[in-house]
Amino acid sequence: MIDWAHFTPWSSLAGGVVIGAAAAMFILLNGRIAGVSGIIGGLLRPSRGDAGWRLAFVGGLVFAPAAYALVTDLPTPAIDAGFPLLALAGVLVGVGTSYGAGCTSGHGVCGISRLSPRSLVATAAFMGAGFATVFVLRHLVS
Amino acid sequence: MHALSAFGVGLVFGIGLVISGMTDPSKIIGFLDLAGPWDPSLALVMGGAVAVGFVAFRVARRRTAAFLGGAMHLPTARQIDRRLVAGSLVFGIGWGLAGYCPGPAVVSVGMGQDKAIVFVVAMLAGMAIYELIERVRQRRTPQTATKP
Repeated sequence: MIDWAHFTPWSSLAGGVVIGAAAAMFILLNGRIAGVSGIIGGLLRPSRGDAGWRLAFVGGLVFAPAAYALVTDLPTPAIDAGFPLLALAGVLVGVGTSYGAGCTSGHGVCGISRLSPRSLVATAAFMGAGFATVFVLRHLVS
Repeated sequence: MHALSAFGVGLVFGIGLVISGMTDPSKIIGFLDLAGPWDPSLALVMGGAVAVGFVAFRVARRRTAAFLGGAMHLPTARQIDRRLVAGSLVFGIGWGLAGYCPGPAVVSVGMGQDKAIVFVVAMLAGMAIYELIERVRQRRTPQTATKP
C-alpha cells in the first residue's frame, strides 16, 4: 500500500524535471552524460585536460545545498544506517558502479532517456538488488 | 567555458536532487521497501527526469558537436555482459543498505552530513579498488580491452 504520509508526488516530479533539465544542459552544451559515478570515477584515471570539467561538476553538486538554502530551508534527512554499514555500502556502490559503468543518474536517468538496452538492464539489476536488500534488511533480519 | 557550464549543471542537478527529496536516504529506502508502506516518490523523480531527458537526447543524437564546441561524448558500449549486470547488482545492494547513491551522497556532503562524508570516502575507496584491480588485470592480459 502507498505510504501517503511520506509520498511527495509534486516536489519529486518537479525535482525530477530539474534533474532532467540539468542532464539536457550537459549533453547539449558540453556533450557529456550527467552520470555522477562515471564523472567521479574518471578523476581516479587522470588524463590531461580531463579533470577540470569533472571537478567543476562535482563542485556544483557540493554547492547546491548552499544555493538551495538561499531560497528556503534545507530538508532534514533521516539516515537509519550506522557508520559501519555506511562504509560497507559506500565500498559496494563504488565497486559496483565502476564495473556496472553507471549509477542512478548515468544509467537510470540518462540511459533510460536514450532508451539504451544496456542502461535498462543495469537499472533493472540495481533496482532489483535494492528491493531485495531492503526486503532482507527490513523484513527478514530485523 | 566547459568547466563553468559543468559547474552550473552540477548546481542545477544538485538543486533538483534536493527538491525531489532524494537526498533523504529514508525516502530511497521507502521506495525500495515494497513489502512495507511504499513511498513511490523516486518513480516520479525518474519519470520527470526521463521525460525531459528523452527530448534532449533525441536532439543530441542528431548533433555532431556540442553547443559549446567539442565532441558529443555519447556512450558507444552496446554489450550486455556479466560486468554490467554483476556490477549493477553490487551497486544495488550498497544502495539498499544505506539509501545513498552517488549523486545524492555528494550533494549531502555539501549539507555537511557526516554520514554522507563517510559514505563518499568509502565510495571513492571502492572506485580506487576497481582501478587497482583493472590495472593489475591489464598488465597480465594487455591484449584485451577492459574498459567498456
